[in-house]
Amino acid sequence: MFASHNLRTPLGRARGLGSAKDGLHHWWLQRLTALALIPLTVWFVASVVGLAGSGYEEFATWLSAPCTAAAMILFLGITFHHAQSGMQVVLEDYVSDHGWRNASIIVVKFICYGLAVLSIVSTLIVSFGG
Amino acid sequence: MTQAAKPAARPLSPHLQIYRLPLAAWLSITHRITGVGLTLGTLLLTYWITAAAYGPDAYAAFTDYLDSPLGYLVLFGFSVALFYHLCNGIRHLFWDAGKNFEIAATNRGNVVVLVGTVVLTALAWFLALA
Repeated sequence: MFASHNLRTPLGRARGLGSAKDGLHHWWLQRLTALALIPLTVWFVASVVGLAGSGYEEFATWLSAPCTAAAMILFLGITFHHAQSGMQVVLEDYVSDHGWRNASIIVVKFICYGLAVLSIVSTLIVSFGG
Repeated sequence: MTQAAKPAARPLSPHLQIYRLPLAAWLSITHRITGVGLTLGTLLLTYWITAAAYGPDAYAAFTDYLDSPLGYLVLFGFSVALFYHLCNGIRHLFWDAGKNFEIAATNRGNVVVLVGTVVLTALAWFLALA
């Protein structure tokens, strides 16, 4: 039984509410960043192991290679995205007070994006020769 | 109904306080703990690259901090957490794809994750200090 001012069927209204695929967005990005971080983490650890014991000059020379800088920026950006995404889930699960939960998620996201920009800008400065 | 129904002997939902967690559950909570730890570790990562952007003196100050017993302890913990989160994260991606849910496969996965973490950590430190 439909009111005369609304001829849409319940199914049509439900469809009008948007695609349920959006509900996967957070979950999907967390997995996508995880997948990307597998090779990037292996590269990062191998690089740090190679740099062990070396000083500023070696580090700056290493980071100034275009491919190294690009890989580092990818690693940093995706790492911080993955970190804030995972922290959000942990905070949603364990902080029961609604206000504190939202506040802590917002603070963690702001810090993660701030650190991401700081570390990427620093990478560029070292890469371009400070 | 003149007679109270006898409660059916249904399986009870396990409660954390009386249920001995299987190894896979310990590894699962460890995944979250290492994830939070690695998020804190991004502060060190950012400090490292930002110090380099500030120049050789700031970079030397950073490496001097790390070249101490506490510094090595932090780096060691960082590396264990990273390799654990990497190995167990790959297992989570298999689970997300609907694979390896059988008990035997899960138990094999426990061993692979733990051995993988130990081997990768030992290998990285051996190569770094060699």
